[in-house]
Amino acid sequence: MTDRVATNLATTAHQVREHIVGMCAGPEGGHLGGSMSLVEILTVLYFEVLRIDPVRPAAPDRDVLILSKGHGAICLYAVLAERGFFPAEELAEYARPGSRLMGHPIRAVPGVEMPTGSLGHGLALANGFALADPNRRCFAVMGDGELQEGSVWEAAMTSVSLGLGNLTAVIDRNRLQLTGPTEDTVGLEPLADRWRGFGWTVREADGHDFDALRAALEPGATDRPTVVIAHTVKGRGLPSVEGRAHSHYATLGTRQAERALAVLRARHRRATS
Amino acid sequence: MTEQSLHTRPDEPHPAKPSTKPATKSPSKPQAKPLPARSAREVYSALLPELMLADERLYCLDSDTGLFDVDAFAAVPGRYLNLGIAEQSLMGTAAGLAASGKTPFVTTMAAFAATRALEAIKIDIVYNALPVRIVATHGGLAAGHLGPTHHALEDLAVMRALPGLTVVVPADAAQAEAAIRQSAALPGPVYVRLGRKATPDVGGGAFEIGRAQWLRPAARPGDVAIIACGPHPVLAALRAADRLKARGVRAIVLNLHTLRPLDVDAVVAAVAGTAGAVTVEEHWRSGGLGGAVAETLAEHAPARVLRVGMPDVFARRAGGQDDLLDRHGITADAVVTAAINLITGFPGGGTDDPDLSRV
Repeated sequence: MTDRVATNLATTAHQVREHIVGMCAGPEGGHLGGSMSLVEILTVLYFEVLRIDPVRPAAPDRDVLILSKGHGAICLYAVLAERGFFPAEELAEYARPGSRLMGHPIRAVPGVEMPTGSLGHGLALANGFALADPNRRCFAVMGDGELQEGSVWEAAMTSVSLGLGNLTAVIDRNRLQLTGPTEDTVGLEPLADRWRGFGWTVREADGHDFDALRAALEPGATDRPTVVIAHTVKGRGLPSVEGRAHSHYATLGTRQAERALAVLRARHRRATS
Repeated sequence: MTEQSLHTRPDEPHPAKPSTKPATKSPSKPQAKPLPARSAREVYSALLPELMLADERLYCLDSDTGLFDVDAFAAVPGRYLNLGIAEQSLMGTAAGLAASGKTPFVTTMAAFAATRALEAIKIDIVYNALPVRIVATHGGLAAGHLGPTHHALEDLAVMRALPGLTVVVPADAAQAEAAIRQSAALPGPVYVRLGRKATPDVGGGAFEIGRAQWLRPAARPGDVAIIACGPHPVLAALRAADRLKARGVRAIVLNLHTLRPLDVDAVVAAVAGTAGAVTVEEHWRSGGLGGAVAETLAEHAPARVLRVGMPDVFARRAGGQDDLLDRHGITADAVVTAAINLITGFPGGGTDDPDLSRV
């Protein structure tokens, strides 16, 4: 990769964060923290990894991404809009009456493969997509708190039994769920060992580092699935909420949103100068 | 008295229960020839490999049911998959396949489909209007002595509440075969409820999903309309109609095998001019066939509806399917009693009445 590409990805990620703040400043607010932690993951997937065409979102030979943590909807919408699936202006309609941009994603939104929001569904869905066509890559992006759903582990066993080498699970490991740390709720560690024990290839990466993510998202073994544990920070980009459980859902006032955008822009300028 | 056993297999003793009812002698018309008895689920398991051979989009997703002969799928490599004891994963995988242009047939027990896997059915399959065929065995009390964990007495209420899900309850093996074949051509999701053991064919001619069967058209208008779904209820309805005929009562028998889309015209026509409808189902009395008929009539042609079905209890004692049906009053006797009560205007018969059949 070149510096120019990295800069472009960083700029895209910055735009996505601005969109997320904008949607959280809408009438209903949004899932701020878990969307901010997802930004680099979805940006690198949609801009560099997935074989997709925004003009032909239903092309049969496309790669498939299921956002199993459907509460990351506003990050997904922002990335899809930046990628060209629909005009970014539509993001202003998020959660407004009549909008297709609902609090959790639906298939009416170009680029959304399956409706999600009830946690623990995405990996089984991805198993089916991966099974249907071994020549495409399928990704299930899950939250870490989501792994408390038993259906995830049903599906995780099945992915291995089916030998789905074209399947990659990505875990947004921001270590926080709605009420607090995952490890103080129903603990997930030793998380990598658990996935290894289920027969998966496990890779760990800094979930905000494009190079690390890019490497971790390379295709793995052809006969078994790969999971990428992406270590992230909930609320990433906004120091006042970074790493804090209360960032989970936010309805930002106008001045709060303006301050947040100023912080994001200052950080982006520093990072890219 | 007890119901005559519907099963041809003698391996399940049918204990005689002391009767508290008056001895209404069954007409016991001798059959000219014994009706063939086949197991709908075995017919299905034999049919599916054949259908898969003809259509490469079809998959068989099993959940360790033991129903299928794996060797029968040798000609369709990779399309029979036993996904184990994991019904949520089963439904999700089916949805992913279906969203990729495949047509999966998913097999599990009705009890596990309707409750364990319900959210995956609702969100992954039905919400997306995907062409998954959910074939649920052991409907109603078919699991018999295995008990309430394996009985499915809410599945029809649950499934018919889901928008766009076709819900079919074939009354015999021939109808099951027709339903499975026809389901392959439907664009959306389908739930087919099968039983477990062999039951006699009920006849009635052509079977078409969404169109009720007039098993006893009678000379309309009849005195009462008996509306049933599923093998044992339909057989009970037919026997009840025979007994009523012996008493001079003209009973229409409608096999309302498809609960969604419901054949509203047939229900309204069957009940027109009668004292009302008796519904018969192997299901709790709330929300299933009786609920569908009551809703339909309330909106289109108000009439009294008495619902013969499982009272609001879980089975408390072991028993085969026949025994449990008899013990809980899903019988021709109960249908006859309900029909007479309708005609005579006898009150009672609410959902909460544990003794509808003994009114």
